[in-house]
Amino acid sequence: MRCLQVSNQDLEERIPSYEELEKLENEEAGDRPKWDNKAQYMLTIVGFCVGLGNVWRFPYLCQSHGGGAFMIPFLILLVLEGVPLLHLEFAIGQRLRKGSVGVWSAIHPYLTGIGIGSMCVSFLVSLYYNTIMAWVMWYFFNSFQETLPWSQCPVNANMTGLVSECERSSPVDYYWYRETLNTTPDIDNTGGLQWWMVLCHVSAWALLFICISRGIETTGKAVYITSTLPYAVLTIFLIRGLTLKGSLNGVKFLFTPDMNELMNPTTWLDAGAQVFYSFSLAFGGLLSFSSYNSVHNNCEQDAVIISIVNGATAVYAATVIYTIIGFRATEKFDDCISGNILTLLNTFDLPEGNVTENNYDQVLHSLNGTYPEVIQGLNLKTCDLNSFLSEGVEGTGLAFIVFTEAITKMPVSPVWSVLFFIMLFCLGLSSMFGNIEGVLVPLQDLGVFPKSWPKEAIAGTTCVLCCLVGLIFVQGSGNYWLSLFDSYGGSIPLLIIAFCEMVGVVYLYGIDRFNDDIEFMIGHKPNLFWQITWRFVSPAIMFVIFVFYFITKVQETPMYKAWNPESENFPTLEEKEYPSWIFAIIFILAGIPGLSVPLTAIYKCLRNRCCKKDNEFKQDDLNTIAKQPLKLTLIDTLL
Amino acid sequence: MVSKTLNAPNGYKVRISLKTALGEDAYEWNQSEMFFFQATMAFAMRRHFQMETYNVDNIILCVQTSRVSFWFVVTSPDNTTMLIPKADVEKAVRMSRHRINNAFLLSDRTLEFLGIYPTLAAPVNPDTPPWLIVFGVVIGAVCVGIIALLISSLLQKRRKEKGMTEDGQDEEDMQVKGVENGINLDGTYNRGFTDDDRFTKL
Repeated sequence: MRCLQVSNQDLEERIPSYEELEKLENEEAGDRPKWDNKAQYMLTIVGFCVGLGNVWRFPYLCQSHGGGAFMIPFLILLVLEGVPLLHLEFAIGQRLRKGSVGVWSAIHPYLTGIGIGSMCVSFLVSLYYNTIMAWVMWYFFNSFQETLPWSQCPVNANMTGLVSECERSSPVDYYWYRETLNTTPDIDNTGGLQWWMVLCHVSAWALLFICISRGIETTGKAVYITSTLPYAVLTIFLIRGLTLKGSLNGVKFLFTPDMNELMNPTTWLDAGAQVFYSFSLAFGGLLSFSSYNSVHNNCEQDAVIISIVNGATAVYAATVIYTIIGFRATEKFDDCISGNILTLLNTFDLPEGNVTENNYDQVLHSLNGTYPEVIQGLNLKTCDLNSFLSEGVEGTGLAFIVFTEAITKMPVSPVWSVLFFIMLFCLGLSSMFGNIEGVLVPLQDLGVFPKSWPKEAIAGTTCVLCCLVGLIFVQGSGNYWLSLFDSYGGSIPLLIIAFCEMVGVVYLYGIDRFNDDIEFMIGHKPNLFWQITWRFVSPAIMFVIFVFYFITKVQETPMYKAWNPESENFPTLEEKEYPSWIFAIIFILAGIPGLSVPLTAIYKCLRNRCCKKDNEFKQDDLNTIAKQPLKLTLIDTLL
Repeated sequence: MVSKTLNAPNGYKVRISLKTALGEDAYEWNQSEMFFFQATMAFAMRRHFQMETYNVDNIILCVQTSRVSFWFVVTSPDNTTMLIPKADVEKAVRMSRHRINNAFLLSDRTLEFLGIYPTLAAPVNPDTPPWLIVFGVVIGAVCVGIIALLISSLLQKRRKEKGMTEDGQDEEDMQVKGVENGINLDGTYNRGFTDDDRFTKL
């Protein structure tokens, strides 16, 4: 069977040769867009890699896996997994000068599935990522008030007290779950579209459209702001944070190393997964962006620089976040202790100032000795600083609940709120540029849109379509859908695609050819480190992470956390099982992008075999005539 | 010593937290302050019932503790053995709560009448929610941006088409002259060596 033989002899015909590349470079001919300068390219890539995950996923992982000790697996895997994969994507994109579908179909037509898989994942991620942007915009719009709306509970209908749902939980929780999301108690109730969220959703997509309407011509300008502003805001927050009481508690909590965590395999898995997702590999966006570079751009240097910047930003953001978290935890701890002290003073009619934070434990102990039943009846809260520090410090909970609460305790809260949400918006928007690039360019390569359509029309149509599909996420149950998409659409398929990418380049494209390409582009062959990591180490790491992830996901029953005011442990989220029809959705999310690799290969193979005989003669003709002009003209002159 | 709950159906317990309210500037709670309290309560009763007969003696205090808490009852000015019912006292206190608080430089939280809950402040409901205003501004800017973008791309297109029809000949010459490294070569290009005949004519 001919299609099983992986012959790549027609490779040269599908990819530009070195002479053609030099010609393109020197004459600046060709209609592919180009970066105005290197800074734009670097800022775009940094923006794509540095996203919300650096702010709300990495600090949590760091703190939960042994603080400072987590740096060790993180850095090791950054070097062994992140940098080689990044260099590979940059180099192959720069060499083949096409988007993800174009690159993989050039390497081998059967590998087009990798490009299609990348496109599907980018599409799914874009859908829900922009909803997070809509949430950020909602909070941003609401920050322009003197008392932030999430700082106090609203009064109930007949003005006798505070709204019960809010009183039982907290103002920030209530504002997030009720006034922003208006969540339903489970994923089956859709709850209908929430009009205020629809407005924010539409404005998020409209803003994105303006920035991407002309491809890198417009995004290249936008990244000057979206990629640099977050760093400025982080620095401002760091300075503000360090002057607040209790901030150093947070930083200490974050970085206190616990070496025992290194023995735990989950730590290494989480570190590997974080490095992988943090670099936005396998989305196709990095390939596209690199293809707009000049041929002799030093992609090796770029890969190393970007990795360092990404890692450093993660650590920096973690520090800043934890200064603020430390401040909040200390405030809550102080409030808790003061509340207990007041209760004691009131019950025992002791003069004020008799019981302070310092002697609280002694006094409580002595009172417990003399009046144990009374003390029991008081239901004093246990105040533990560490439990406040570990509350809800990941994902949307961090940004919209914990951090917003911390902001309400800072003086001049609206200013900090505005700054924080602008920063989140910029972080997310710059990542969206990469996601959308990974959708638009393959669509153009596949010829889905007519060639006569201008770039703006293509971008506009895609944005409108994504906006409409994304309305799933702005209904009452939208939050649950979003975490579903995040867990299944944005995780397993990427691992499969990245593994196939490495194998495809190293073994199908040929590592020797790849080495020669890099020598042509940057002037020297990649050294031993790259050879070992590309050939063995990185694919092995990817494979291990994929297997473990897959096994964990398949073994556990998929559960989700619901906000249900009727549940028993009310303020704590209720763990619910997904209904059975969700499994079909999970299969679509995780299966289709992942399966697109083998399915496209089979499809192409079958099509090849069917129409092979007819096409063979025509194809050969065209190849000899079109690809060898020099030969014919020489013969011409000789004759 | 655990604080007692008196069986006083018409009395109210008052709790004062001076240090919490005033910190360093807290004044000392002594008998004169107690007298001031009696006077304030008498004032509140006068104000509510609009009877000028209430006096300091009508406010009876007991069970004073160092927490600074005490109980008080109000006797009727006409008959000192009769106590004013709890509900009336509550109404009087509610009416003059603000004045009572200010007299002692305290607040609802630091001068507590146990059993009389502070009325909640009515929520301020602006006509247009502030977020809609900001949203309007942002969306307006976005619309202006989109329109500017579409207009500029239309203009670009028109300029390109004009350029093509007017100097089509010049453009061809430019291409043929050869642009090396962005510098136009001077001199005449020898058309004998153009490769516009890539394919041998049959």
